[in-house]
Amino acid sequence: MSSFIKSTKEANQIVIIETDGYLNNEGGEAISAICYEKIKGGQHKFLINMAGTKVVNSIGVSILIEIIEKLQEVNGKIGYYNLAPIVAKTFNIMGLTKYSTVFATEEEAVGAL
Amino acid sequence: MKKPTVELKLPILPNMELIATQTAEVIARHMHLTDDQSGEISMALIEACINAFEHSKTDSNVFIHFLIEEDSLVMKVIDQGIGFDKTKVEIPKIENKMGKDERKRGWGLQLIQELMDSVEFESNSDGTTVTMKKNIKH
Repeated sequence: MSSFIKSTKEANQIVIIETDGYLNNEGGEAISAICYEKIKGGQHKFLINMAGTKVVNSIGVSILIEIIEKLQEVNGKIGYYNLAPIVAKTFNIMGLTKYSTVFATEEEAVGAL
Repeated sequence: MKKPTVELKLPILPNMELIATQTAEVIARHMHLTDDQSGEISMALIEACINAFEHSKTDSNVFIHFLIEEDSLVMKVIDQGIGFDKTKVEIPKIENKMGKDERKRGWGLQLIQELMDSVEFESNSDGTTVTMKKNIKH
């Protein structure tokens, strides 16, 4: 597993992925590899805990858009929590918040997704 | 008095843009910028560096100049590549990218323009200079 992925766990049939470090091309692909494998296994809900990711680039974030698109095919959902303000702003500018949700906490996210 | 300037020379290697953001963070602290301003400057810088690395089609170094002014920070990202025509760059919209069997990239210029107070592009066959300005509200 990529060092960008700090941990994965499941709660209420939601896959929760905790990241650590720079969300660039490699980071995005590390997230998508887990999501696509879990989708094949029948999982359709995902949460990304980004407490450890203070820096992103648009290439890494664009891979999250690809995951959103893939989840639309299976009526799935993805959300994020513990975002640094600039990461939340970047998600907003790129339009991710139109197709997925930013939550404040894991509790809120698990309850709402 | 000459304005304080910090200059970097970056080779085109993976993640070298993070050297630029680390320098930007030091300058932001020196200028007493807010965390939000510092984050916006770093994000814009990342995108400008990636564009220079990916689209200049050259092995030459990328130069970054930080010009510390009393009421603003100006950052110039300079490459010696093939140049580009900004009028041919489409404004990206996520709606237009969904449902198409292609990568969802092409957000760099849009992010830079949203995050900075002013952005200028000078580009020709000898290279491109992106000049980004963040006004400082004391």
